[in-house]
Amino acid sequence: MEMAPTSGIVEIDVRTDEMLVNMGPQHPSTHGVLRLVLRTDGEVVSEATPHIGYLHRCAEKIGENLTPRQWIPYTDRMDYLAGMNMNLGWALAVEKLIDYDLPEKARHLRVIIAELNRIASHLVGMGTYGLDLGSFSPFLYAFRERERILDLLEDACGARLTYSYLTPGGATADLPPGWLQKLTGFLDQFEPVILDYHALLTNNAIFIKRTANIGVMSAEMAIDYGCSGPVLRGSGVDYDLRRDGEERYTSLYAGYAFEVIVEKNGSYPRDHEYPPVPSDAVLGDCWHRFYVRMLEVIQAIDLLRQGIEKYSQATGDWGTPIKLATKLPKGEAYLETECPRGQMGFYIVSDGSGSIPLRARARSSCFCNLSVAPELCRDCLIADVPAIIGSLDIVMGEIDR
Amino acid sequence: MADYFSTWFPEGWDWLGWLLAAIIQAVLLLHVIAVGAVVFIWMERKIAGRIQDRLGPTRTGGKFGWLQTLADGIKLLSKEDLMPRDADPLLFKLAPYISLAASFTAFLALPFASGWVGVRLNIALFFVIAVLGLEVFGVILAGYGSGSKWSLFGGMRQAAQVVSYEVPLGICVVVPVLISGTMDLVTIADQQSGLFSNWLFFHDPFCMLLFWVYFTCGIASVNRAPFDLAEAESELVSGFLTEYSGIRWSLFFMAEYGSMFLVSGLAAILFFGGWNGPIPIFFWVPEGNFTLETLANLVGLGNFLLKAVLGVVVMMWVRWTLPRLRIDQVISMCLKYCVPIAAFCFLGSVLWTALHLPFLNDVMPMQARGDVREGWVQDIDNEMQQLEKRLATEAYELNSAVEGGPQQEAQTSLEEDAADRVALIPTPQPEGAR
Repeated sequence: MEMAPTSGIVEIDVRTDEMLVNMGPQHPSTHGVLRLVLRTDGEVVSEATPHIGYLHRCAEKIGENLTPRQWIPYTDRMDYLAGMNMNLGWALAVEKLIDYDLPEKARHLRVIIAELNRIASHLVGMGTYGLDLGSFSPFLYAFRERERILDLLEDACGARLTYSYLTPGGATADLPPGWLQKLTGFLDQFEPVILDYHALLTNNAIFIKRTANIGVMSAEMAIDYGCSGPVLRGSGVDYDLRRDGEERYTSLYAGYAFEVIVEKNGSYPRDHEYPPVPSDAVLGDCWHRFYVRMLEVIQAIDLLRQGIEKYSQATGDWGTPIKLATKLPKGEAYLETECPRGQMGFYIVSDGSGSIPLRARARSSCFCNLSVAPELCRDCLIADVPAIIGSLDIVMGEIDR
Repeated sequence: MADYFSTWFPEGWDWLGWLLAAIIQAVLLLHVIAVGAVVFIWMERKIAGRIQDRLGPTRTGGKFGWLQTLADGIKLLSKEDLMPRDADPLLFKLAPYISLAASFTAFLALPFASGWVGVRLNIALFFVIAVLGLEVFGVILAGYGSGSKWSLFGGMRQAAQVVSYEVPLGICVVVPVLISGTMDLVTIADQQSGLFSNWLFFHDPFCMLLFWVYFTCGIASVNRAPFDLAEAESELVSGFLTEYSGIRWSLFFMAEYGSMFLVSGLAAILFFGGWNGPIPIFFWVPEGNFTLETLANLVGLGNFLLKAVLGVVVMMWVRWTLPRLRIDQVISMCLKYCVPIAAFCFLGSVLWTALHLPFLNDVMPMQARGDVREGWVQDIDNEMQQLEKRLATEAYELNSAVEGGPQQEAQTSLEEDAADRVALIPTPQPEGAR
C-alpha cells in the first residue's frame, strides 16, 4: 500500500526518542470513548493502536432474554446517532425470520424515517469533522438543522434520540397529520443551506489542505478490511445495500430513483451542482469520504421527496407492530441494511420454543471501519490522526454494543 | 507628568515625583490591559455566538451578559490551585507570569494617542516586537514544566511556530520604519496625520500587500486560529494549557488577549495612521493649548482604540470561521509564502520610495514626513530654542548696557557654540537674535 507523501516529513538523521502517547478515552476528538495509543517520534505517529470496549453494555446478551420487540430500545443505543436505522435493521431481520409481509404504506414510511435519520446522522458526522479540524462554526450550523430533524422525529414518535419507532411489523404509530407538510417545509429550507456547509468545509482551502491526500485507502484495502458505507464508497467501490442488498431490504426502495454516490471517471453523480473534486484530492482520502457523506445528504433529500409523494398516495395501513408474544419459528435469519455508517447486520436465531430468541447478534459497521485506522495512521502527523479517525465517522456505541 | 509631580517635593526629593508618575502610569496601563481582556473575552463570546447563529451570554450583568467575563474571573480566582504531581513546581508556577509580563511589558512603549505613552522610546517598535517575542518562553516553560505529554507537544509547536513567524513579522515591520525613518511609534503615527490617504497603508501598492502579510504573521505570532497549534483542542487536548486551571490559566488567557490587542494596535499605528482619523478635524488646534490638545488626543485615543479593536474583531472572525492548519503547513506557509512575499514587498517599497513614485499618499499631504520630529530630537530642539532665546536676551542686555564691538563678537561666538552642538539638526533660526 502506497503511503501518503506526508511520510516524507520524517527526518531520518535526527533520531529522537519515541514517545507513547495515550489519546483518549477522554480526548476531545476521539468521538466518544475510543482510546488510541500513539507511538510518536516528535510530531510523526509511527503506530496507532485503537483500544475499544469502554462502552460495552452487553446489549447482545440482553437480547437473548427479551422478545424481539423488547430489544428494539437496545438497538437504539447502539448507533445512537441513527437510532431509526438500527430499529429498521433489527425489525427487518425479525420480519425475515417470521416471514412477515409489510404493507405498502409502511414501506414508504420506513424509507422516509430512515432517510431523515440518515441526514441527521451525516450532519453530526460533518459537524464533528469540522471540530476535529479546528473549525467550530459548521458544528453548530449542522446542529441547527439537525435540531429541526429531531423535532420532526419527536413529532412522529415522541423521542428525540432513542426512538424505538420502527418495530417488527411496521411502526409504533402512523405519522401525525400535517407531518409531511412540515417535512417538505424543512427540506425546502435545508437544501440551500448545504451550500453553506460546502463553503465552510468542502470548498475551504484549509479544509482541503488538511484532508486531501491524507489517510488514502485503496479500494482493495477497503474491501479487505470489510469497510462499508461512505468509507467504502469514498474509496471508489460502487456498492450500496439499498441497491445491492437482500431483496427484503431493497424492496423498500423499489420504485425510488437514486444513484449510488461513488466516484466514476473522476466525478460524482452530482458533481455539476456542487464543488468539484479538488486537484489535490486522491480517491480514498479523507476528503472523498467526507464528500460522499455530503452527497448522501442530498441523495437522502431526493429520496425523501419521492417518499413523501409515494406515502401520500399509498394504500393500506402503516403496519401494526407484531404482538409482543409472537412465537418465533425455529430457524435463523441474518439481514444487513445500509446504515449511515455502513453495513449494519442483525442476526437472530430461534429454537422455536417461544417468543424469545436463542441468540441476537449485531454486525457492526464501525468496528470494521475503525480496524483500518492503524493502517491509515501509520507515518502520519499527530494532527492527521483526528482527521483520519473523524473521516471514518465512528460511533463507539455501535462498536462496543 | 513626572516633571509636574517633582514640583511638589523639595529639592533633592524630586525622584519621588518620578516614582509617583511611574506608579500611576503602570497602574493605568495594567488596568487598560486587564479591562481590555475582560471586554475582549466578552466580545469574543458575543461574536462567536453571532457567527454560530446563537446568542452568546445574555444574562449576567443585566443586558448582553456584559459581566459574564467578570463572573468567570471570580470563579477562576476561587478555584483550587492545582498542580500535577509530575510537574516541575518552579517552572509550572513561573510560566504564566512570564507570559503575562512579556505581554504587559510591551504595552509600556505602545502609544495610545499623540504623546500618550508609558515610556516614549526612540526604539519603541523594536522594543515591542522583542518583548512580544518573549511571550513564547512562558509557553515553552508551561509545556515543559507541566509533566504532560500533550503540554510538551504544545510547547514544542509554539516554539517552532513563533520562532519562524518572527522572521516575516520583522521584515513587515521594517518597511514602515524605512518609510518614516524612525522607530519611534509616536513619530511614525504623527507622520501619517492628515487625510486617510496619508496612512502608510496607502503609501504604495507593496505596503497594501504587506499589511496582510503582517496581519497573518501577527495572528500566527499571538497563536490564534487558524494558527492556534499550541493549544489545538482537537489534537492536543489543550496543548500547553492542559494542566492549568484557575488563576494561572486565566493569566495565560489575559496574556493572549493582551498580545492580540498589541498586534492589532501595532498594525493600526504602522499602517493605519494610529490615532489620526480619516479626516483631519483637529488640525486647527493651536500648539500649547492644553485643553484643546487634550480633547484632540481623547478623540485620537478613540480612533486608535477603534482601529485596534477592529483588528481584534477580524482575528475573532477568522478564528470562528476557518479550520486549523497542520504544523508542517504552518511552517511551510511561513517560509514559502510569508517570508518571500514580505521580502518582495520590502524591496518594492524601498524602490518606490527611492524613485519617489507617486501614490495615494501624495493626494493631499498635510505635512512632509521629515517635518515631524522624533521625541529626542524635539527635546533637543526645545532646548536649543530656549538656549537661543536666553542668548538673545543676554546679548540684547549686553548690547544695551555697553555700546560697542567686543560684545557683538561674544554673542556670535556663543551662537556658533550652540550651533556646533546641534550641527546635524536643521533648526529655524530665531528671529530675535538679529
